[in-house]
Amino acid sequence: MAGSLFVIFLFLFLGEAVARGLGVPVPGSVIGMILLTLALGLKAVRLEQVKPCADLLTKNLGLFFVPPGVGLILYFDLLRAEFLAIAGATVLSTLLVLAVTGRVAEFLERRGGAS
Amino acid sequence: MSSLFESPVFSIALTLGVYQLATRAYARWRHAFLNSVLLSIAALILFLLATGIEYETYFAGGRIISFFLGPAVVALAVPLYERLGDVRRNVRAIAAAILAGGATGVLSAAGIAALLGASRAVVLSLAPKSATTPIAMGIAEELGGIPALTAAIVIATGVLGAVIGPWFLRLAGVRSRLAFGLALGAAAHGIGTARAAEEGTLEEAMSGLALCLNGIATAVLAPLLLHAFDPLIAAS
Repeated sequence: MAGSLFVIFLFLFLGEAVARGLGVPVPGSVIGMILLTLALGLKAVRLEQVKPCADLLTKNLGLFFVPPGVGLILYFDLLRAEFLAIAGATVLSTLLVLAVTGRVAEFLERRGGAS
Repeated sequence: MSSLFESPVFSIALTLGVYQLATRAYARWRHAFLNSVLLSIAALILFLLATGIEYETYFAGGRIISFFLGPAVVALAVPLYERLGDVRRNVRAIAAAILAGGATGVLSAAGIAALLGASRAVVLSLAPKSATTPIAMGIAEELGGIPALTAAIVIATGVLGAVIGPWFLRLAGVRSRLAFGLALGAAAHGIGTARAAEEGTLEEAMSGLALCLNGIATAVLAPLLLHAFDPLIAAS
């Protein structure tokens, strides 16, 4: 478990180093995810070296959003003042992204591929 | 006595305990609105309002939990790697869907908010709402929005997508598991990915990939698109 935690933090660190080096507004975690996928694909890291901790983290992904989500409490006044605009834009836009992404992917997905 | 309940340890124990209960409630009743993230946030907000504990005090412990979002995003490489064959077979579909979805997200969130009369700061805070929290906050800052408001809206978006997304995708006629995963990840980032993982490993892998790619697409597209449409937003 500690070994797989090391691999994950190593790639998080590498991701942050790359993000800072390139000066891009993409967080180190996202670049770290790409780098770790590449490392697994190139067999530089074996799946069992990272899987125990990775499974623990991905199975509990929702938990990590809870404390910042409670932060909604700070914006009750602003949310009340502009409720219609914020709620309307959030709901409609989320539905649009779901429909557009889903339909485009389904339309272009090669038959006999992943279904 | 009060200092005991204001310690980070209390916040951490409370958050873990509430999340555990919420997860069990969802496992037992399997109702979409019992989403464990939604239930936990609602319960903790009620708790803070009832006890008068400040959010800053709570978040001194809470930030230690949310810190693990970074390593958790890195860990999404594992389900992605396990489904790399599906990615290779569908590179064009994935790229086109993410570009279309990312542009739709930025333009529709900012456009609808502007049409409904939101202030400029709110419009700019809403624009990156489908990207994962750290990306969205960074974009909001760059655009001139309010990063902390963006974080709250991003999480509300994630919860919304996780709760009604699966139902809405069926309504929209999306049948493919690959498209289902991509759509949940693109619209509802990590919270959508947690929901997609309940459906299967393909959905989880595609949702994690969509979270990553849509985050990058939003970071690139949001400043460009908002600059192009700036007169409209400025007029609001």
